[in-house]
Amino acid sequence: MHLPQIKYIKNPTTSDKLYNFFANISGLTIFNIEFFKQAFLPPYEISQIKKHMIELGVKTFPIVSIMGFILGFVLSLQSYPVLERFGATDFLPSTVALSVIRELGPVLTAIIFAGRVSSGIGAELSSMRVTEQIDAMEVSAVNPFKYLVVTRVYATTMILPILTIYVIFIALAGGFIAVILYESMSLIYFKNAIIASITFGDFVPGIAKTFLFGYIVGIVGSFKGFVADGGTEGVGRASTTAVVMSSLLILISDMVLVKITVWLWPSLG
Amino acid sequence: MIEIQNLSKSFGDLHVLDNVSFDVNVGENLIVFGKSGTGKSVLLKCIVGLLKPDKGNIIVNGKNILSFSTKQLNDFRKNLGFLFQGAALYDSMSVRENLEFPLKRNFNFSQEEIDQKVINTLSLVGLEEAVDKMPSELSGGMKKRIGLARSIITEPALMLYDEPTTGLDPITAKEISVLILNLQKKLKMTSIVVTHDLLCAEIIADRAIMLNEGKIVFEGTIDEMTNSQDKFLKNFFSHEIINE
Repeated sequence: MHLPQIKYIKNPTTSDKLYNFFANISGLTIFNIEFFKQAFLPPYEISQIKKHMIELGVKTFPIVSIMGFILGFVLSLQSYPVLERFGATDFLPSTVALSVIRELGPVLTAIIFAGRVSSGIGAELSSMRVTEQIDAMEVSAVNPFKYLVVTRVYATTMILPILTIYVIFIALAGGFIAVILYESMSLIYFKNAIIASITFGDFVPGIAKTFLFGYIVGIVGSFKGFVADGGTEGVGRASTTAVVMSSLLILISDMVLVKITVWLWPSLG
Repeated sequence: MIEIQNLSKSFGDLHVLDNVSFDVNVGENLIVFGKSGTGKSVLLKCIVGLLKPDKGNIIVNGKNILSFSTKQLNDFRKNLGFLFQGAALYDSMSVRENLEFPLKRNFNFSQEEIDQKVINTLSLVGLEEAVDKMPSELSGGMKKRIGLARSIITEPALMLYDEPTTGLDPITAKEISVLILNLQKKLKMTSIVVTHDLLCAEIIADRAIMLNEGKIVFEGTIDEMTNSQDKFLKNFFSHEIINE
């Protein structure tokens, strides 16, 4: 398999940085096209997808649990005094829930996931590249793109929505614990207030966009790892740039998706 | 079995291979000598289709592999072994999984047959006890042996070695060279060995070629090569630097 080589300029000047930027964009575009060419053709490598879902997903649970709890807790702590000024503390459960479900839960989970997983994929594949393991796989008549890239991208795309739903529940739990530090509120009241304020339209776009975020994490990490060169220096560079690039693309795509959602369904704005 | 015809490969302005032509006969061990950076590894990577040459033909059993479809290329690869310079063991897999990998992916053996093949091949390289170890637990010489075992487990007709003894101590290097020769005799493989280790070449070679600046500058037996009066060859094999 001959993916075009990306020739980065080392020690770049400002104009070279622009060249490197466009080299990245074109390389990533070609990588995406290759993914869609191969993603729907057999063999489907189900066992590899399951393995990566467990490795990449389960190991991320502890860190997103902590992040989710702190997110809900801090959001409640910050919102309560503001709402109290307007005598609107009854709206605290819905304020926390809407913020977490529609925006903060999906985006922050995706950013943490990118930091944990995209760098991991970048480091693993780049290490395989510089030690010729990917070449060895190709010489063994196994398609390394399919075996290493497609399986990981499927895994990240499917696991991130699950992680996000989990984080939302943890964040709401954190939010409830913060609330009861201020006033006595029953869990049932907190739960009912959330259910009463959340609609299907709040939940679906937030979760739907995490499929795209998961795809970004997988494809960017794989891209940076697969095209790495330059020995151990290349491994470090692949790992770092994978996190930066995937985090940035998550934020940009979030902005675009929110705009599209509001444009298509103004009631959600 | 293999005919390399006018093969050229450049990377930008750097002409790594320049009109290289040679043949390898069935069952023969051909050594490719050359200084570092003269295109030896590039030559091997062109033969297995990892790199596309700019010009020339690679004819294997009468067919030009450069015109192969992906499927044809993979069918060709199923019948070849490649020992990489650093062994290129999959470091997330145990030795057993490394050896099972090409068998499970490309052939329809039962698990019992695969287990038997793994043990038999490991015994050929003298490392049965390493079957459940991870690559990180192996020494450099052991990695080379396991890499060799993984390459020959499918009993390929053609075997390519990229500097099989580089980085090894003299005793281990000699053991690996003898092992390569014994395996070649036992499995009747055709081999191309890229190296600059003369001892390794003396043990293995039927014939050798010397690459310099992308061109073949000598072709013959090891004795003919080491006894040549050509200044480059004398410089290559001498313990002293001879000014040209």
